Order: sequence, then structure tokens, then C-alpha cells
Amino acid sequence: MSGIVYARYELLRTFRNRRFWFFSLGFPLVFFWLIASPQHNKIIGNTGLTYAAYYMVSLASFGTMMSMISTGARIAGERQAGWTRQLRISPLSVRAYFRAKIMTGYVMAILSLIGLYISGALLGVHLPAGHWLEMTGLIVVAALPFAALGVFVGHLVNTDAVGPLMGGLVSILAFLSGTWFPITSGFLHSFGQFLPSWWLVQARNVALDGRGWSTRGWVTVAVWTVILVAGAIWAYRRDTGKV
Amino acid sequence: MEAQGIAVHGLTKTFKAPQGPIRAVRGIDISIAASETVALLGPNGAGKSTTIDMMLGLAQPDAGTVTVFGRSPREAVDAGLVGAMLQTGQLIRDLSVRELVAMMAALYPHPLDVDEAMKLTGLEDIGAQRTQKLSGGQTQRVRFAIAIVCNPDLLILDEPTVAMDVEGRREFWSIMREFASRGKTVLFATHYLEEADANADRAILMAHGRIVADGPTTEIKARVGRRTLRATLPAVDPATLAALPGVVSSDRHGDAVILTCSDSDQTVRALIGQYPQAKDIEIVGAGLEAAFLELTGEPDVDEPPVLVP
Repeated sequence: MSGIVYARYELLRTFRNRRFWFFSLGFPLVFFWLIASPQHNKIIGNTGLTYAAYYMVSLASFGTMMSMISTGARIAGERQAGWTRQLRISPLSVRAYFRAKIMTGYVMAILSLIGLYISGALLGVHLPAGHWLEMTGLIVVAALPFAALGVFVGHLVNTDAVGPLMGGLVSILAFLSGTWFPITSGFLHSFGQFLPSWWLVQARNVALDGRGWSTRGWVTVAVWTVILVAGAIWAYRRDTGKV
Repeated sequence: MEAQGIAVHGLTKTFKAPQGPIRAVRGIDISIAASETVALLGPNGAGKSTTIDMMLGLAQPDAGTVTVFGRSPREAVDAGLVGAMLQTGQLIRDLSVRELVAMMAALYPHPLDVDEAMKLTGLEDIGAQRTQKLSGGQTQRVRFAIAIVCNPDLLILDEPTVAMDVEGRREFWSIMREFASRGKTVLFATHYLEEADANADRAILMAHGRIVADGPTTEIKARVGRRTLRATLPAVDPATLAALPGVVSSDRHGDAVILTCSDSDQTVRALIGQYPQAKDIEIVGAGLEAAFLELTGEPDVDEPPVLVP
């Protein structure tokens, strides 16, 4: 019960935070309109996707990664403020604490997704209802490793380092995963498929023919989830043993 | 036998540090009855905060045990029996003061009414303010409100008045005493003898990770409340001065004599009576650090010091 109240306040705090509106919502939307609107009906490269469809999912993936990893910045900030210690001497369970943090990350990600879907629809992306849902489902699943990454980073580094680390990480992952332009062959193509963010971005292929991920996609996302959840647990234990 | 509040046996904690291990707490025993108000008194680095962290379950002891109302610290915390104001800590941002206090209240099974806690801690007027826009003193009051809104049976305060001005301190302690009078067990850490004397029934003195004295505050005050009297008084043998009433020891630096007094009032009267030429008389309270050093001897000896009976 108390966990739900805590989660509600966590959301309230997020909505009052200007950085959230800017990075998780504003930034992907602005980029989408800048890149996709001038040629929204044109097909990009040999992907078979229009600019609008391509960048709609690309930037939704970007917003999702940003939302999930920014959980780390919130945790790092609360640790540094000593707030985590205050919560540890309350009956709020560790599970409820992380549930609230990850749920907030998901709410932010879904809002960013809705903003981009509406923008995409306005620029001519038309899909059957089932395909919208399938795409959303894949993005929600592929966001899991990033939720764990957020907790991991939040307990590993201090607030000074967490901003640059997150910004750098998301930029590199976005680049390697074909967020900004299609990567269809060569070394980057083979390498990218090992990244969870690659499959996050690949959710866009649903728009092409309703095909979801290959088995490889599911395995990659699952393996990264396991690795990063283990890392998050390790970082949490190391951190709370000391602080 | 009174109901048990906190029971600590053989508690030990050592931290690793580049210059060698720091033995923060070296095997202490504490027994606090329910509804007692106890001061944990000691200079910085005495091990007070480490002891408190172990009582709250924030740190694991290397050896020894802590129970709070007969339970482990974690169980007591989970049952909502403990409220605490830690030594350092800021508030989370983007909530109003009232929202933050209400959020914390919601985490506990039997909280106080939020408005009551706000009123008790004098926060009614700033309830709508955002937590990131408070002064240092206001932040401390909100932290105090968070510690008591859960309506704990045990209230632990770790140097709570550090950021407060004189008026703030006075108000703080009066609220604390009001809360303690509801039958609560209170343990607070401080390095001010005056705070311990005015607000606790009993004081536990810590220095160098050990308990060096434990007893009623009046007794503790008599033991560590020594003062130093300095005066310019050439050509008088310090040994003669040591015989003045209320003097514990005497020393000379050039023309100045330095008398350590257990009762400086008596000493100063006798000094002026016998040596009217004495001038530049200064009386200062010996710092706790100095008083503790006297009680503990060398900081790093391993044998436990003799305790106050």
C-alpha cells in the first residue's frame, strides 16, 4: 500500500521537473519534426520505411532510453543528498523503491512514445491497430535492460559523473543502433546486433510488414536484461554496504 | 525490570582507510530503557554516528549485537517503531513541504496526523513551499518533522541542531521534550555538554570508540565540566596555587599561571583574596575533547578505561 503512495509522489515530482519535459519529451519530438517533416513520405535508403515511420520509432527509442536511464540520475541525486539513507530507515521496502523508480521511467517513456506516435500519424504513418500495439510491446520489452542500467549507473557513480556518462552512453548507443541513419551492412551492422538498443530501434520493422524481432533479438534483449539486473543488484549492495 | 528500549552488547565496527584501519567503535555496551531520554555525548570522531548507524541497521557491526525493543534494528524499522534525524541529509526536490511530510507519513503504519506534525514543528506557514527553496534552519525543521510524523516509539537524533541558530535550537529542544513526554524513548547525539545537561536524563560519554562514562547528566557534568583559569601572576610558585580551593592542577607559562578547576567560582574568589596583584583573569570551560582526553588517557590504548561506577 505504502509503495503505491510513494510511487504517486515519485511521478508527481517527475512531472514537476523541467529537465524531464525537455530531455525525455521535448528533445525527441523536436528532432523528429526537424528531420522527418521535410520529406516525410520519402523512403529512406533501402529500408522500405518512410522518413516519418523510420524516425518516429528511432526517436521513440531514443526517448525511451533517455527516460529509463534518467532513473539513474534520480537515484544518484538522492544518494548524494542522503535521501536514500532516510528511506532505508523507513518501512518502505527496497523492492517498492525500485518499482516506483522503474515505473516512473516507464510512464515517461510511454508519454514520449505517445507524443511521437501522434506526430508520426500526423506525418502520414498509418498502421493497423495490431501493429501499433506490437511495436509498443517490443519497445516496452526492450526498455527493460535500460531500466536495470539506470539503477546500475545510479548506484555506481556520483551526480557529477552521471550526466556526462548518460549523455555519452545514449549518444553512442543511438549512433550504433541506427537511430540517426540506417545501418544495413558492414561491421557496424554486425556489431550493432549485439546491443539491446539495436533491437529497441528494430521495433520499427513492425511498421514494414508486421514482423517483430527474430529469435536473436529476443535472446539479445534477455541476455542484456540478466547481465544488467545482476549489475544493478551488485552496485546496490556495494553502495548500501558502504554508505 | 523496566521495559527494554535499546540493548547493545560488545558492538564493534572498523573501517578500512588508506592510512590503516579506523576502529570507529571498539566493543561497547549500552542499555536504554523504554521512555528514557539519553544523550550520546562525545567529540567529533568519537564513534557516535557509527553507533547510531548500527542501531538503525544502516551499518552492519563487525561484532556484537543491537536490539531495539527486543527486535533487530531492521525489524524495528520495518515495524515503523523508529524515527530518526540523521546527521547529514538534504530533502528531495519538487515537492511542497506538506507533500513531503505526508509522503513520509504514508510509509508508516501508525503515523501522526500530518497537520499535527506540521503544527508541532512550526511548519504550518511554509507548508506550501517547495523543499528546494528552504533555508538551512527550515530544512532542519522539515527533517525533524519527518522523524516524528511516523509517531515512532524510539526517536534517534544525530547532532540535530548543527545548522540551527540559538532561537532555532531553543525551539527545537522544547519540541523534542514535548514529544519525549509522550512516553517516547529518545537518543540524541551531541558534542555540547549543555545540550545533554538540559535535555536528557542520562548521558553516555563516548571517546575514541569507547564509552568512558555513563550516568545521570549531573554526574557527567561534574566530571567533565572542568574549567581553566588563566591569570597573569608572576613570582608565585604554581605548587602553592595548586593548594587553592577548587584547583585540580596548576601550570605556569612565563608570567601566566594556568589552573584547571573543578570549581572555578571558589578558586577565583580565593585567588583574588590571597593574590590581589593577579590580573588578566580568564575562565574558560575546558573543551569536551580535553575533558575526554583526561578521562580516556591515550587515544589509542586498547585496554578499556575505568568506567564511572
